[in-house]
Amino acid sequence: MRLCALRLSLPVLVVSIVVSGALSLTACGDRESNVVQGNRAGILHAGNGTEPQGLDPHVVTGVTESNIVTALFEGLVTKNPYTLEPEPGVAQRWDVSDDGLTITFHLNPAAKWSNGDPTTAQDFVWSWQRALNPAMGNQYAYMLYPVQNAEAYATGKLDDFSNVGVKALDDHTLQVRLNAPTPYFLQLMDHYSTYAVHRPTIEKFGKATDRFTPWTHAGNLVGNGPFTLKEWRLNRRIIVEKSDTYWDKDRVQLSGIEFYPAENISSEERMFRVGQLHYSYTVPLDKIPVYRAMEDSPYVNAPYLGTYFYLLNTTKPPLDDVRVRQALSLAVDRERLNNTVLHGTNVPAYGITPPGTLGYQPPRVFDYDVEKARKLLAEAGYPDGAGWPGLELTYNTSESHLKIAVALQQMWKDALNIDVTLANQEWKVYLDSIDQMSFQMARRGWIGDYVDPNNFLDLFLCDGGNNNTGFCDPEYDDMILQQAPRAASREERYRIFNAAETRLMEQMPIIPIYTYTSNHLVHPSVKGKPSNLMDYVNYKYISLDPDWQAAQ
Amino acid sequence: MWRFIGFRVLQSIPVILVVITVTFFLVRLAPGGPFSAEKAVIPEVKAALEAQYGLNLPMFQQYLAYLGDLAHGDLGPSFKYPGRSVNELIAAGFPVTAELGLYALLVAIGIGGIAGVVASLRPNTAQDYIPMSVAMIGICVPSLLMGPILILVFGIYLEWLPVSGWGDIPGDKILPAITLGSTYAAYIARLSRAGMLEVMSQDYIRTARAKGLPEWQVVVRHALRGGMIPVVAFLGPAFAGLLSGSFVVETIFQIPGLGRFYVQAAFNRDYTMILGATVFLAVLIVVFNLLSDILAAWMNPRLRSQYGGGA
Repeated sequence: MRLCALRLSLPVLVVSIVVSGALSLTACGDRESNVVQGNRAGILHAGNGTEPQGLDPHVVTGVTESNIVTALFEGLVTKNPYTLEPEPGVAQRWDVSDDGLTITFHLNPAAKWSNGDPTTAQDFVWSWQRALNPAMGNQYAYMLYPVQNAEAYATGKLDDFSNVGVKALDDHTLQVRLNAPTPYFLQLMDHYSTYAVHRPTIEKFGKATDRFTPWTHAGNLVGNGPFTLKEWRLNRRIIVEKSDTYWDKDRVQLSGIEFYPAENISSEERMFRVGQLHYSYTVPLDKIPVYRAMEDSPYVNAPYLGTYFYLLNTTKPPLDDVRVRQALSLAVDRERLNNTVLHGTNVPAYGITPPGTLGYQPPRVFDYDVEKARKLLAEAGYPDGAGWPGLELTYNTSESHLKIAVALQQMWKDALNIDVTLANQEWKVYLDSIDQMSFQMARRGWIGDYVDPNNFLDLFLCDGGNNNTGFCDPEYDDMILQQAPRAASREERYRIFNAAETRLMEQMPIIPIYTYTSNHLVHPSVKGKPSNLMDYVNYKYISLDPDWQAAQ
Repeated sequence: MWRFIGFRVLQSIPVILVVITVTFFLVRLAPGGPFSAEKAVIPEVKAALEAQYGLNLPMFQQYLAYLGDLAHGDLGPSFKYPGRSVNELIAAGFPVTAELGLYALLVAIGIGGIAGVVASLRPNTAQDYIPMSVAMIGICVPSLLMGPILILVFGIYLEWLPVSGWGDIPGDKILPAITLGSTYAAYIARLSRAGMLEVMSQDYIRTARAKGLPEWQVVVRHALRGGMIPVVAFLGPAFAGLLSGSFVVETIFQIPGLGRFYVQAAFNRDYTMILGATVFLAVLIVVFNLLSDILAAWMNPRLRSQYGGGA
């Protein structure tokens, strides 16, 4: 008797599946795509990598989070997406003292939180205390280290925050005292770790330094940016809508943005193709030649503030010999690598700093030169690879890292007759190896946090937390820490950086391979989203062409 | 029957305890922690983070604390997603995964069951070989390939169905259900064919035919019940497998299910999320195995009598 249910259900099931399938087929027949609907309603549909870790500006660390946080919050300054130069944000204007040590920000009296409270200088003081508080565990606390005593407070050496160089002179005047002149300080003021957060909201849900309270959930979050959080559905989408309280709301042309965490980049590309996205977060490498060949291609490729390189452990043989390091680097044909393995999508790199970082050009210390590489290796005691002790290259498991490693392995074999073995490690294991320097040669990428050569060159300070090579040159440290900040002009400062980078590349603790590029598919109806070195989007500039479809 | 159920429930408690313990220590033994990052984390920050999550305590103390929280149904805060508890993440992901699994199972039973029965009626003829070959292809083609092919054909070229999402656009649940279900449809086809073949050679089928019943009545009324027992026994593990194995399909179709959280948790060393999801799935698997055993017992009179005939 019990079987009746099952016996009946078999045909019923089949029929119901077929019927529901047919119904939904007809249902989606005349459906408009997200892009067409969005163009009419002013809603931007953006592919956004992965599910964001969170939306607390003092907790998060990634690009996907940053893309949403910058819509919900605003710093003292924002950036012009065309030039990356600072523009007024919460601060209307700012004065820098003649010695470069004091910056006074004059806050816009019209700047408000999304609940209507004014955004004040005190909000910034309280927020910076939170950002720097050691109990907060903010991984980007160091963005505020140029501020007097900030580092001491963040590392627990100083308990009294009133000794830190930030003061509210009145509701709308914020004074910041710096350790040393910091020409890139304004760039830092647009990094989310220096944003103000709304104190009453945070305290409503817990202690100031609690990382895991629900204050950032939809319905709870109070921000001061051009958009407010409307909906946050995990792994599905985040919807923000235009804020009524934002001081510059007249310039905001979008009425909302939907962010999609499109983890699988092939799926994301398909979503773009059927009109579910206005722009994609990235483009699968194997699809790039196809899009390049298209007429009116939506594919956009631009240099990015990041460098792909190999770390060399200068404390262990054979890489403790500078000639071996140089030989390895000179034997890499970067042009060929880029044109074959990388489909010409990147830019061959000969230094650590990406070319054109706010006008800075890195030095070209060496070229691809097999003869010289062979000579250097012979001088180091390995003529034509004889007596070569072997070398291991560590990289984190990934198809593209593997392809590059295999190509370089072959280049070294052909040019220098030496064997390099490959060791792949799972991401977290690899991070441990880098941190403990338990490698000989290791793949590494560095993405800049702010546009300034300093962000790349200070990696290789003697006690730099991300040095990981054992490279230490007191003269180099002096140039970066003492000479460059005190330079009289930008040209002078860049000249010092250039000399420092020349020193670095002569010592060759790293093998630069390529400068990253940003890769997007962008729908032609999207206006005001220029490419820039930081792949930075200022949503105030974006508009959608409602007549795009009619024009087709 | 109640004794049987009670016995099986008791049996599962130590199993789940072992799962918790092994997982707890294994994730902590894995190299790299939840807070290691590409940009070096300064020691003070790392210490503060570990203190916020109780990772500074001795490991055994952490273990006891975890068991204590678990007893209250609290799976702890997620390491990767500050502001979200593991309970919240599971509550967000599981209903989606369960719905996907259910549809996939319906697809599997519908397609697989029919193919298997049809094949069993004329063994070793074209009517047998064709569905069974198709079933073999279903087993061999992984969803990693099946998904994108279906998307290309039905989503991009024909533009009949959405290529991603879950419950956002009408019809977006069809392709994922078919993709996930197809592998299981193939297994069910083979199981039901084997089950039916065995039953069709039994005496009571011959009796039914001798009564002069039309062939379709013989199959539907008499043979199906016995022939489907292997399939029902397979359903429990299959559904559990669908739940824990839907990661690939969830990724291809951008479905916000539990599978994506679970697999990412392992990469992220999100200790509490790995543990929470593992415990949750372990309990589910135990429950589904139990359910399918009970169902199989009900359907099989010989098993029923063995357990005291309380059905």
